Amino acid sequence: MSSLSATIQDVFNEPGCGKNANKSEAERKKGCTKQLQPGGAAGGCAFDGAKIALQPLTDVAHLVHGPIACEGNSWDNRGAKSSGSNLWRTGFTTDINETDVVFGGEKRLFKSIREIIEKYDPPAIFVYQTCVPAMIGDDIDAVCKAAREKFNKPVIPINSPGFVGPKNLGNKLAGEALLQHVIGTEEPEYTTPYDLNIIGEYNLSGELWQVKPLLDELGIRIMACISGDGKYKEVASSHRAKAAMMVCSKAMINVARKMEERYGIPFFEGSFYGIEDSSDSLREIARMLIERGAPAELMDRTEALIAREEAKAWAAIAKYKPRFEGKKVLLITGGVKSWSVVAALQEAGLELVGTSVKKSTKEDKERIKELMGQDAHMIEDMTPREMYKMLKDARADIMLSGGRSQFIALKASMPWLDINQERHHAYMGYVGMVKLVEEIDKALYNPVWAQVRKPAPWEKAGENWQSRAMAQAEAEAAALAADPVKAEEARRAKKICNCKSVELGVIEDAILANNLSTVEGVREKTNASGGCGACAVRIEEILEQMVSASHAIAAE
Amino acid sequence: MATVSVSKKACSVNPLKMSQPIGGALAFMGLRGAMPLLHGSQGCTSFGLVLFTRHFKEAIPMQTTAMSEVATVLGGYDNVEQAVLNIYNRTKPEIIGICSTGVTETKGDDVDGYIKLIREKNAAVAHLPIVYVSTPDFKDAFQDGWEKTVTRIVETMVEAPKSVARRDPTKINVLPGCHLTPGDLDELRTIIEDFGLEPTFLPDLAGSLDGHIPDDFTPTTIGGVGVEEISMMGQAGWTIAIGAQMRRAAEAMQKKTGVPFRMFERLCGLEANDALMSFLTDISGRPVPMKYRRQRGQLVDAMLDGHFHIGGRKLAVGAEPDLLNEIGGLLTELGAQLLVAVTTTQSPVLERLPTEEVLIGDLEDLENLAKARDCDLMVTHSHGRQTASRLKIPFFRMGIPMFDRLGGGHQLMVGYRGGRDLIFDISNLLMADHDDNHEPTPDSWRDGVGPSHAATSH
Repeated sequence: MSSLSATIQDVFNEPGCGKNANKSEAERKKGCTKQLQPGGAAGGCAFDGAKIALQPLTDVAHLVHGPIACEGNSWDNRGAKSSGSNLWRTGFTTDINETDVVFGGEKRLFKSIREIIEKYDPPAIFVYQTCVPAMIGDDIDAVCKAAREKFNKPVIPINSPGFVGPKNLGNKLAGEALLQHVIGTEEPEYTTPYDLNIIGEYNLSGELWQVKPLLDELGIRIMACISGDGKYKEVASSHRAKAAMMVCSKAMINVARKMEERYGIPFFEGSFYGIEDSSDSLREIARMLIERGAPAELMDRTEALIAREEAKAWAAIAKYKPRFEGKKVLLITGGVKSWSVVAALQEAGLELVGTSVKKSTKEDKERIKELMGQDAHMIEDMTPREMYKMLKDARADIMLSGGRSQFIALKASMPWLDINQERHHAYMGYVGMVKLVEEIDKALYNPVWAQVRKPAPWEKAGENWQSRAMAQAEAEAAALAADPVKAEEARRAKKICNCKSVELGVIEDAILANNLSTVEGVREKTNASGGCGACAVRIEEILEQMVSASHAIAAE
Repeated sequence: MATVSVSKKACSVNPLKMSQPIGGALAFMGLRGAMPLLHGSQGCTSFGLVLFTRHFKEAIPMQTTAMSEVATVLGGYDNVEQAVLNIYNRTKPEIIGICSTGVTETKGDDVDGYIKLIREKNAAVAHLPIVYVSTPDFKDAFQDGWEKTVTRIVETMVEAPKSVARRDPTKINVLPGCHLTPGDLDELRTIIEDFGLEPTFLPDLAGSLDGHIPDDFTPTTIGGVGVEEISMMGQAGWTIAIGAQMRRAAEAMQKKTGVPFRMFERLCGLEANDALMSFLTDISGRPVPMKYRRQRGQLVDAMLDGHFHIGGRKLAVGAEPDLLNEIGGLLTELGAQLLVAVTTTQSPVLERLPTEEVLIGDLEDLENLAKARDCDLMVTHSHGRQTASRLKIPFFRMGIPMFDRLGGGHQLMVGYRGGRDLIFDISNLLMADHDDNHEPTPDSWRDGVGPSHAATSH
């Protein structure tokens, strides 16, 4: 395990991560694996993250070494698409039993690798470590090495057992495995000045194919996509690309940065969500390729293509604009899509009433602010009731979110659209943006809403659960409005840190009493943000507000 | 008599099986105000959560002790305590149900001891019902996790009646196996109530995962059987256990409370429901209501109409033992041959299945055997979709997970009506397949054997 902990430390040290750069040495050591909160955690483990990142490689056999839970409960549940092999959708697991736990599972793992090669003969096998074999000391590196020598085939250990941390750590550990064992191990058949790597794109719902025709038209070759619709050999020879685009915010920044360091492949962080983002990304790709030796005329062709595609997309969207006038969207999503989707929706003329930044990095949040202006209403950790009230107050006409929160919207009889990974529609590039707008229109104007909102014949008006919930919320609000003392109490009682259960008032008092100016200081005195850390941004805002308030007082 | 064998492969390919902790968690989801808690790393919960969300299309309450590597090695007391307190403070549950996982079982955490200590140290949860079940991932399967959890709930939460005189003969306990859907439970409830009896289901997924819209948002389960109702199950006149997996729980009930039980290994098909009707008549003293006499006729009619399509079919089924027994039984009763039976775990019903061989294996086994034996109808959960499209044979989805079709939670199997509708659905699937893929051509009979139902004909 020592090499795994060394890798984790290395990942934490990622200099390409802006968030990391702002941390002290000691903080950086602690890493971005925030303490997960027992009884209050959601989301996948590091193994899940590693598998999400790598499983879209289509011709690889992905073998999970562990008990049945790790693969049996989750296989074939990703929305990535393949243009070729379907091997990636085959579930392989050692399904270790009690005997393996007692005597070790290495033999079973080795035999499993042999069986897969005999039956499926894939170009490579990825072996995923999980918690139980990690605990009993199964050395998957050694087994993979032995198998590699015996079968003369790449057998790649992916060391990211679930209990080392959350999903995003797993994304990065998966990247490390590629860097260590795959990238640069083979040579491409040929190279061109137009060879591009796309990093951190999973081709969910086939969205990459909304952009690939444009790249094809420009003569730009996707040398390797890591990992959507990717093939082993492409990734193994991806070190010969001329430039790289990193798509999913921070998930695989280590891969992009280290490929730049080792192979001199420059990268940029871009997005194909939204019209302007797509154009910017295409321009940046062209610029980088030209810088690396492609003819300068590539830029002219790129600009021509952008002009044509933008005009087409705007024309398609224009007819929705009147229908979207005054319509408000509640966007609840984490990570990369927060900022890129915001831009996209605003292009369609929709108004945003809030966007959750729970999983986003601070940088992501800054971008949202930039995009939405100073009035951005950030909604974090909304309770279902608040979310319902927000929708119901018609402050939002539609909710866009990930699959798991959809039921809140649907039970509130409100239009809802899936924009996370299990969605069925692809929303990338110019055509994807038009598709998203079309889907929003379809959801907003579906006649079903009028029917499902009707009370049952035995329900008197105002007696259904919805009205009761609203009445209760309104009564609470009225009581507070009438009583400034209570209102202040309620304001101060707002829970800022859910993990450690710390209220706003406690934080404010601590700041005043101790003259605090940093999140660390607040954490020391109140324990707030000592859990998952998601509330650190809110504490920063509280600090900012209090500092400016005290300045105002001082100025008077 | 079927022989039961276990797949000899080192590597399981395309798993049929799911893990027992999530089977246990699902059982807890049939309790009102419950929060299932898996003692393991957060992925253990997250995978289960996604699976159930995709199956039921509902928000699923499920929490994790979020064990880190260090906590796993040092022992999970702090994590269990924090999790219990956090859940208590945030969601105010009526009960917390804890299932262990592979990670914490490998270390050997003494969770029962932890709970005792947590109660001593924290007055707030001193009397909160907390039930712990040991369910390591590296043993057994989904159905076993359900079985162990229901048994444990009976052992720890049902109270022995103070006197036999307090027993109420109109009250009936129902212990359904995990192969029954919320729709099945609702059907059974109606049937039992129509005999003037009052059933208590443990667990009652129809109360929590039937898709109804709750009165208020709650982060715990939105319905199901309440803690109070469970404690009073000892006063019932009878216990009905459905599926062989429920025998242990029924025995535990009898041992603790003296309530006698009647096993129904099957509740799908004509004979099984005749047995149910007779039993309900016996214990209620009421004749079978007209409605069910009519429904029996409808089932018989459906069997007559359906046997033309189902008769002679070469059937491949991948399912947990009790579901395999139900659907394999029903279809062989209509003349299908159960040529391939793959299951997940040991069960006494396996050797009684109407087939020669039952394999504890995976969907790769199912696929290879179905191909070798030229099967022309496959029944398994949604993960069979790739297999079916490769085999090019009609595929009927049954069991958890059913993520690529709607209505998995309402698929009906029990009662005369359940059997009738199931026969219709499967017959319709076969008719459509015939029209789409097996219409005769001038060459169909040229080689002298006629058109086959299986993929080889086109």
